[in-house]
Amino acid sequence: MATTGRPKSPHLQVYKFRMHMFTSIMHRVMGMALVFGAVLLAWWLSAIATGADYFHTVSVYAASPFGRLVLFGLTFALMQHLAGGIRYLYTDTGKLLSLKANTNSATFTWVFSAIATLVIWTAAYSVMGVLL
Amino acid sequence: MSNVSQDMKTPLAKVRGLGSAKDGTHHFIMQRVTAIANIPLTVFFVVSMIGNAGKGHADWVAWLQQPLVAVLMLLFVANFTHHMRLGVQVVIEDYIHKPGTKFSLLLLNSFGCIFIAALMAFSILRVAFGG
Repeated sequence: MATTGRPKSPHLQVYKFRMHMFTSIMHRVMGMALVFGAVLLAWWLSAIATGADYFHTVSVYAASPFGRLVLFGLTFALMQHLAGGIRYLYTDTGKLLSLKANTNSATFTWVFSAIATLVIWTAAYSVMGVLL
Repeated sequence: MSNVSQDMKTPLAKVRGLGSAKDGTHHFIMQRVTAIANIPLTVFFVVSMIGNAGKGHADWVAWLQQPLVAVLMLLFVANFTHHMRLGVQVVIEDYIHKPGTKFSLLLLNSFGCIFIAALMAFSILRVAFGG
């Protein structure tokens, strides 16, 4: 690999920060975070199937402050990956490819995921009778 | 190209087994197809989590025993683990270049995704069938 003497491709560090570039990187990061979320979902579903006692044990972890922080973060990751994914489906069809549209839609995915995460958690706490 | 004269291998022998497996297009299409299917399934999943937030074991069992819920959860699990396997595969291929490590991680990715898919599917079915 190193012996070819070919010029190397410029990498991340030489580029100026751009919203669409940041969103692209974070799409992958969020996807990898969701792998961890998938493992937690598998743990939780298998806990339901295992029985009430074990489910209670898992619920205590999930409801702890740290558990809620993780779940809040995963909600945000899911919403950002969802919004980013829908944006990519548009770009696959040739839309949103101008610099302005690409940057604006990238920014919009963050507005969407922030609002969606807050709406989901507000709704969940309302269902639990804690809020509203 | 400087290596060409240093050994007896033909250019074809050098690239054989290293290049395209001729399924890249299928990978690309399945990544998108599973992405599209994930949109409504994710909405269903999130709405279900909100609707049952804070509930106990008996309520979650009753939720999962509804036929429509069990089927949608099975489809969600099957679809997102497929999407996840394709996505993680690309990440490994992009960043891990050492052949042995890359191959090991690709295998681990496939086995891991299929394992948690099987665990979740079995759990859903066990609850749905009242076991």
